Amino acid sequence: MQNPYLPYPVRIDDITVEAEDKSLKTFKFVFLNDGDEDQFAYRAGQFAELSIPGKGEIPIGIASSPVEKGFVKFTVNRAGVVTTHLHNMRAGDRMGLRGPLGNCYPWDLLEGKNILIVGGGFAFTTLRSSIVYMLDPANRSRFGNIDVVYGARSPGMLLYKDELVEWEKRDDINMHITVDGTDDPDWKYNIGFVPPITEQKAPPGGADTYAIVCGPPIMIKFTQPVLEKLGYDHDHIIMSLENRMKCGFGMCGRCGIGKELVCKDGPVFTLNQINRTPREY
Amino acid sequence: MTLLTIDKDHWTQGLAAAADHYRLFGPVKEKDQHQFKALEKGRLPDLDLVNTRLSPKDLVFPQSEIMLTYSLDESREDHHIMKEAHTDHAPRAVVGMRPCDARAIQLVKLNFDTPDVKDPYWLKAYEATTFIGMACDTPLSTCFCTSAGCGPYNAEGLDILMMDRGETYLAKIFTEKGKAFADTAGWNQATPEAAEAFVAAKEAAEAKMVSTISTDNLADTDLLDLHGAPFWDDIAFACLNCGTCTFTCPTCWCFDIQDEVQGKSGVRMKNWDSCMFPIFTVHTTGHNPRDTKTQRVRQRFMHKLKYFVDKYQTGIMCVGCGRCVRQCPVNIDIRRVCELMNSFKPADACVAQG
Repeated sequence: MQNPYLPYPVRIDDITVEAEDKSLKTFKFVFLNDGDEDQFAYRAGQFAELSIPGKGEIPIGIASSPVEKGFVKFTVNRAGVVTTHLHNMRAGDRMGLRGPLGNCYPWDLLEGKNILIVGGGFAFTTLRSSIVYMLDPANRSRFGNIDVVYGARSPGMLLYKDELVEWEKRDDINMHITVDGTDDPDWKYNIGFVPPITEQKAPPGGADTYAIVCGPPIMIKFTQPVLEKLGYDHDHIIMSLENRMKCGFGMCGRCGIGKELVCKDGPVFTLNQINRTPREY
Repeated sequence: MTLLTIDKDHWTQGLAAAADHYRLFGPVKEKDQHQFKALEKGRLPDLDLVNTRLSPKDLVFPQSEIMLTYSLDESREDHHIMKEAHTDHAPRAVVGMRPCDARAIQLVKLNFDTPDVKDPYWLKAYEATTFIGMACDTPLSTCFCTSAGCGPYNAEGLDILMMDRGETYLAKIFTEKGKAFADTAGWNQATPEAAEAFVAAKEAAEAKMVSTISTDNLADTDLLDLHGAPFWDDIAFACLNCGTCTFTCPTCWCFDIQDEVQGKSGVRMKNWDSCMFPIFTVHTTGHNPRDTKTQRVRQRFMHKLKYFVDKYQTGIMCVGCGRCVRQCPVNIDIRRVCELMNSFKPADACVAQG
């Protein structure tokens, strides 16, 4: 009987400081045992439990994409006991990785459609996974127009800055980067919160267009009416929820919202599904 | 199914014989409470009880259980690599559990033994255990098993169901596990007439039940309507969030996962947890989706009486053992809550609110 609580042993291969205040770091992991990477077959939108022996586990969205091989990446905000310990770890250190967990963005449904991605803050990690997946040469033709609205508090808090520059240059993806505010006179992108920038820049909704939204609750709260105004049907607004989790596969009961479990039935839900659950997230 | 008669001398001898092959558990009286415990050699289960204070759910779902072990000693080759902890899965039997507790384990099984994922700790302990039930002839005033999908002679989840006939026990053997236990104990005296005795005793026991609940409308009432019903503040008013209801409940399965380290040796543990505790759902950011007492009390009852009903379509997540009713320090009564939920009409709330 396979033990779903037992993490794969992994080694930290590389650490990238993402945010100017060093609160966000991207950890690149490699598997210690042959075959484990193949077992850890994930899809964009899924999460995993990062497991530090002696400290505990945390559920984190997978930042790397299934098309990237040889490693798995996670961008982690320093917030609690486990994440603080992780931020103090170094390349070469060992820990555990459990997953992949949860559902994923509904890729079968999204195929052939225009995709609007709306992201804010460090929740952009799983959206990066999706963007890299869709932009992969083997996959790009399977999707229509791709628009991305991505906002952070300031330019220094944007994740994956090098990739953002690369995506800006491409003509097969429309990037709409924004910051809440900046003193930088050279800032050439948008200034403003994500919802109004979405209203200005996002394509209208329709049968062929889906919106994938991931960000802090306040951003989601104000983005939802904007998308409705733009004509997005509740079945075409796809969100990724967060709740406190432990086991990650639906047994510990912690992340329940109504009869749904965020870890197992989610974390990805349509707005239609969310509207049928109690507001306990 | 086989029917046996076991005279009480033979019962004692049989348990002694079985103890050589099974680790036996059963109710024993300590101070003034009955509790399920491992039976040391020669100790008999004390079956002179109505129900134990805690259910035997901890036999398959211990209150605290080591799942994984590891070393933090970097001089060791396997440092920081987690391994499954050794768990004893030798055959064992729980003797004298009530039908309500046996059904409860079947309801909890829906959570731990799913088509997608199986909890190896729960499932291996479950598979190693033979469940021997004692039918209940003296239900308490707080028992409502007959209307909670169970009954004093319910056999669901049991390998053997016994009834007390004074000088003898009658036993129904349902499974191979049950047969193997009876064979080991040397219980083999078939009684063709006993089936009728079971029927009569069942009817007599059910006639003694004074407490019932209605659950027939729960499935059809809209989840959000029930969630938004006006009675939750009233139900939660006296609640202390002490968690007694969840810990005494045989169907509550929520748990926490924690690491513990001594020196360079560490373990990862699974511990009972409770939706009554505020930190159960609090996020690292400080945001708590169920920040108030009312929200937490509502979660417990909605989970048992609505979410579970909708999810599994197998009745409510309650077997009517009455423990939470008896042991709640402020007398919150699931029967009253169930009645409120089952009789709730959203239109009533609209009228009441004007």
